[in-house]
Amino acid sequence: MYAQMIKTAGTGVKPREEMTPEEAAFQDRIDADIKIEPKDWMPDEYRATLVRQIGQHAHSEIVGQLPEGNWITRAPTLERKAILLAKVQDEAGHGLYLYCAAETLGVSRDELTEDLLSGRMKYSSIFNYPTLNWADIGAVGWLVDGAAIMNQVPLQRTSYGPYSRAMIRICKEESFHQRQGYDIMMKMAQGTEAQKKMAQDALNRFWYPSLMMFGPSDKESVHSAQSMAWKIKIDSNDELRQRFVDQTVPQAEYLGLTVPDDKLKWNEERGHYDFSEPDWTEFFNVLKGKGPCNTERMNGRKRAWEDGAWVRDGLMAHAQKRAARKVAAE
Amino acid sequence: MATKDHSADLFEFLLRMGDNTLILGHRVSEWCGHAPVLEEDIALANTALDLIGQTQLWLGLAGEVEGQGRSADDLAFLRDAWDFRNVLLVELPNGDFGQTLMRQFLFDAWQELMLDALKGSSDARVAEIAAKAAKEVAYHVERSGDTVIGLGDGTEESHARMQAALDYLYPYVGEMFESDAVDAAMAQAGIAPDPASLRDAYDAKLAAVMGEATLSTPDDRFTHNGGRTGRMHTEHLGHILTSMQWLQRAYPGASW
Repeated sequence: MYAQMIKTAGTGVKPREEMTPEEAAFQDRIDADIKIEPKDWMPDEYRATLVRQIGQHAHSEIVGQLPEGNWITRAPTLERKAILLAKVQDEAGHGLYLYCAAETLGVSRDELTEDLLSGRMKYSSIFNYPTLNWADIGAVGWLVDGAAIMNQVPLQRTSYGPYSRAMIRICKEESFHQRQGYDIMMKMAQGTEAQKKMAQDALNRFWYPSLMMFGPSDKESVHSAQSMAWKIKIDSNDELRQRFVDQTVPQAEYLGLTVPDDKLKWNEERGHYDFSEPDWTEFFNVLKGKGPCNTERMNGRKRAWEDGAWVRDGLMAHAQKRAARKVAAE
Repeated sequence: MATKDHSADLFEFLLRMGDNTLILGHRVSEWCGHAPVLEEDIALANTALDLIGQTQLWLGLAGEVEGQGRSADDLAFLRDAWDFRNVLLVELPNGDFGQTLMRQFLFDAWQELMLDALKGSSDARVAEIAAKAAKEVAYHVERSGDTVIGLGDGTEESHARMQAALDYLYPYVGEMFESDAVDAAMAQAGIAPDPASLRDAYDAKLAAVMGEATLSTPDDRFTHNGGRTGRMHTEHLGHILTSMQWLQRAYPGASW
């Protein structure tokens, strides 16, 4: 789930009696599960919220290339290197679909990129954590992609057509990534003492940041309620987090790894695991730019963009020259 | 007719093919997440991925031919610099995006010709790998050639950068066409062409692309060499191996 703390535009759910006829018809379509398409009328707040959400998701895919890319040159076998390269390439592809989905709402990829680089737009907090040992690449696939899938599977049913279609494609690849991540964890957990240590260390560091990916509890939030009414948010953050914990704990047990939470316990009555909340102070610090890798990640993206300016300008100039030559020849 | 045992020469030849793709694939993979535009990021990762895939095939066959039980991974991760047989060109640093794409084109244009000849190799295993790789490389050379043209004939700055890249890299081109006893043995057995025989077609391709790119190919045919024979690599290779082989070296015998 790469969209966190998306502020919904507007002032909460509008009661039906206050809706204009256009707004009422729009809501009826959503309630009837009819997709909203780019040329359809939509409330400005719906459009603005979607741009924020899809943009943040796209940025997360792009920034998310960096922590995993960190291990491509050190992958331990040719096969692992190829799998990791393909995965990071997939993330770039997801960014591309999502920027295209956002473009259908009237905002260009370059504008969104400028917003990311200036800090006006955010990306998921998780990518501000470092990848320090090879098992981290397994943990990112298993936990981070696992958490992302929790949110993205329901979003395949989201009301905005282009976003929903992007999610359907992305989910297929993400589930594959998650299995690959778990496969790395299996190898490590069944490996030498040093490899087991790497696996446990990766779980220790990625557990709470993964829980943070769902964002703080939003039960009381009027903003979430409006996004849910529009079906651009499907489940609450707490529901998704619980689902993630319930799914992941048995997987950790199977690996013989220990989830770093003393309070973790199956609650027979609820039919769910009880677990400790992550440190929300840390979460808000990361959002404010004070995570372990925020500066590094943003500098990486800025450098790629600035160093690449001459390439983009050169290729554009060439395209114009060719077009001019073609006109001259006709 | 008595068949001569070519296996030592064939092993050497396969290392040359596989080490070229391994080291270049490694270099190109360094770009992942850092390219000037998303489409280029994807294309570079794709190129690296193809090259690593080809490496698995070439080095896999090398291990088989050697018959000492070494896998492609053993060859990639457990040899030291002096045992690598790639040309120097592929181990040179990425530099800027222009230098990376120029290096790619200079290599792709050679690799395309080499693979095309290898498709008719008398060794069916070699011919099979070449046929598979040739499909990928046809796309690589088209893309790297187009990018060299686009940036060479782009802005004043992009032109200057591409000319600087060509001037820096051209003295490494000649090594791809050098021949030694290994090449003679391969040519005689009909396994691989004499690299020197590919030079004219290469020069023609280069002239066409550089012409369209408005870039001048240096007149001086001097070439650095020593990579494909293992006589002497650049200082860069050791650093590549340091990161590439680190886990395998630090945790010997572990399975990943």
